[in-house]
Amino acid sequence: MKTLLKGGRLVDPVAGRDGQFDVLFDGDRVVTIAAGIQPDADTKVIDVPADFIVTPGLIDIHVHLREPGQEHKETIATGLASAVAGGFTAVACMPNTSPVNDQAGITQFILKRAAEVGLARVYPIGAVSMGQNGEQITEIGDLHKAGCVAITDDGRPVLTALLMRRALEYASMFKMPVIEHCEDPSLKGDGVAHEGPVASMLGLKGIPSCAESIMAERDISLAELTGGHVHIAHMSTVETLRAVRGGKARGIHVTCEVTPHHFALTDEAIRGYDTNTKMNPPLREEEDRLAMIEGLRDGSIDVIATDHAPHHADEKALEFDKAPFGIVGLETAIPLCMKYLIEPGIIGWPRLIELLSAAPARVLNLPGGTLTEGGVADITVIAPAAAVTVKAAALKSKSKNTPFDGWQMNGAAAATIVGGKIVFVNDAVAGAERFQ
Amino acid sequence: MSDMTMLRSRHLLGIEDLSADEIYLVLNTAVAMKEVGTRSIKKVPALRGRTVVNLFFEPSTRTRLSFELAEKRLSADTMGMTTSGSSVVKGETLIDTARTLEAMSPDMIVVRHACSGAAHVLARVCQSSIINAGDGTHEHPTQALLDAFTIKERKGRLDGVRVAIIGDLLHSRVLRSNVLLLTKMGASVVACAPATLMPLGLPALGVTVTTSMDAACEGADVVMMLRVQHERMHGLYLPSVREYFSLFGLSAERLARAKSDAIVMHPGPMNRGVEIASDVADGNQSVILDQVANGVAVRMAVLYLLAGGDAQGES
Repeated sequence: MKTLLKGGRLVDPVAGRDGQFDVLFDGDRVVTIAAGIQPDADTKVIDVPADFIVTPGLIDIHVHLREPGQEHKETIATGLASAVAGGFTAVACMPNTSPVNDQAGITQFILKRAAEVGLARVYPIGAVSMGQNGEQITEIGDLHKAGCVAITDDGRPVLTALLMRRALEYASMFKMPVIEHCEDPSLKGDGVAHEGPVASMLGLKGIPSCAESIMAERDISLAELTGGHVHIAHMSTVETLRAVRGGKARGIHVTCEVTPHHFALTDEAIRGYDTNTKMNPPLREEEDRLAMIEGLRDGSIDVIATDHAPHHADEKALEFDKAPFGIVGLETAIPLCMKYLIEPGIIGWPRLIELLSAAPARVLNLPGGTLTEGGVADITVIAPAAAVTVKAAALKSKSKNTPFDGWQMNGAAAATIVGGKIVFVNDAVAGAERFQ
Repeated sequence: MSDMTMLRSRHLLGIEDLSADEIYLVLNTAVAMKEVGTRSIKKVPALRGRTVVNLFFEPSTRTRLSFELAEKRLSADTMGMTTSGSSVVKGETLIDTARTLEAMSPDMIVVRHACSGAAHVLARVCQSSIINAGDGTHEHPTQALLDAFTIKERKGRLDGVRVAIIGDLLHSRVLRSNVLLLTKMGASVVACAPATLMPLGLPALGVTVTTSMDAACEGADVVMMLRVQHERMHGLYLPSVREYFSLFGLSAERLARAKSDAIVMHPGPMNRGVEIASDVADGNQSVILDQVANGVAVRMAVLYLLAGGDAQGES
């Protein structure tokens, strides 16, 4: 059956569209994008409220789905329910599952489960090294063939410079980026928070900013040497941003991402020892937060990704030192982007959609990121004026580890459409019921 | 002086949460408590019928005994739990341990734990008053209070007193609590440590920072030496005991740079010949054993005030 999204503001920076366009799709494909499309008799028409924003489906390239092996934190089913509730039509999932996604069989399992679940698309990311142990390189060609779109040892860095060199060289044969969790293990030590005055006075062991930037500098040099593509995950410091800018200026193939929490929060949030403010990289200082926002504004930062990292409440209900790093992020990304980027006028909607859809697709060579006639109908509809109060207990994710519980913000996914199927309608948003 | 008679919070998690008036209240109350310790019958009924749990997740001798004695002198019923042989080694979490104890309806829980913020975790889930007896490298508020009591006893004041604090400051909760307390009370604090053991954030609190022991001692009213643990030696923090003592140890010669009536303090346990020479530790400027004695009085004051100060007859 054909469906027509009539009205609303279409923002698609790749196609150069920002304005009143209707989108007609049939099955999983977009048929027509134009102003004032006249529906025929067998077309279902959805009158999109005028202030809603219609965009190519959002893509989160840094998500921990936890399955296989850590189903008490998240499953592919709950993770994808969380994704579509947050407006994401596709996610790329990290390989630090149990067992690690270091062989095609695991990749195939993830894709099989994802297909059974439906909801959002899943693009697995394979490991760089077997077991992510930093020793033996994985069968990257086989992982690629099975469906992996990138490789990473995320959760930890690619251990040695030599391994990183070989990974960049080998992955370049398949045009896959190596995604790096930048962290010098010796400088990180057993740190649990950003090394600065706040952690110092709280008596928490610090992770210095340069633990991240030293590794980024290493990897950028290796990308220069090999011609490979390095993607810097969850960048958090002004020093790393400087390294990335330098690399880009020298024409090196380096891209990077930042999480909403790193442009929303600083280490001030860890006062009180709430373990839902413990993540890696840690929340940094105001100077770093502002640098992330400037990087998003001036184009130095390519992508916003959430680093959605579910942990069970029991695991977080521990001393700060002992709790695991990470927070869930899929369902809070849109309102945080609105609050810190759109509402203060830092960037406009086309740039935000670039950061959340077009650039993620480009960085990982994924389909999507734009709406084209004949292309796949992956569409996110955003209600920018919707008032939302984050309720941790109500998150679709199996885990509730968010520092934003109780926050009142604006902006929510009204509806999420994957392959022409409306997979999520937000009951809490007025006007969204038209998508039912 | 304030006419304050109670603390605002039912917990004592850190000096950070106390006002100068509250600190004076504790110190003044401790004067009366110290008198109790001079009697032949060293006991008052102030906390009769109250239950205090001493929950020590970290080895401690002096702090644990000091709290126990303080509780007993106030006639509280006390029970202690240390980690060896307890449910903790069987895998119980801190919060579950606390809830289990709470089910027995204690009035106060004194907690010592190796993790910074552990007392805050308990305060969030417990109905009892939580007293922080040392959390990781964060705070040790009763130590700072007893140090302040000792300084005030000897110097008559805290305001304007020059205090040099020297040692492994990075890993010291005593340092953090003392800095917060002394700066609140108008003392001038000089912090001295090897560059590898100096925490961030001190200058913003008004503390003068130096790596020169001589400069730190110069003109000091109080020289407070902090312990350097043996595991910091011969690694990446410090090359050797020998070099540490030569650069940061308190010798009689160094002490001579301080004021002639300067007092020498140490929270214990001391490493003789590592951070402090024996002749200084045992010399007539040393008030190290006074600190121990005052610890009981100050902890009595804290327990009494957190119990509401409304308990039966203080003396």
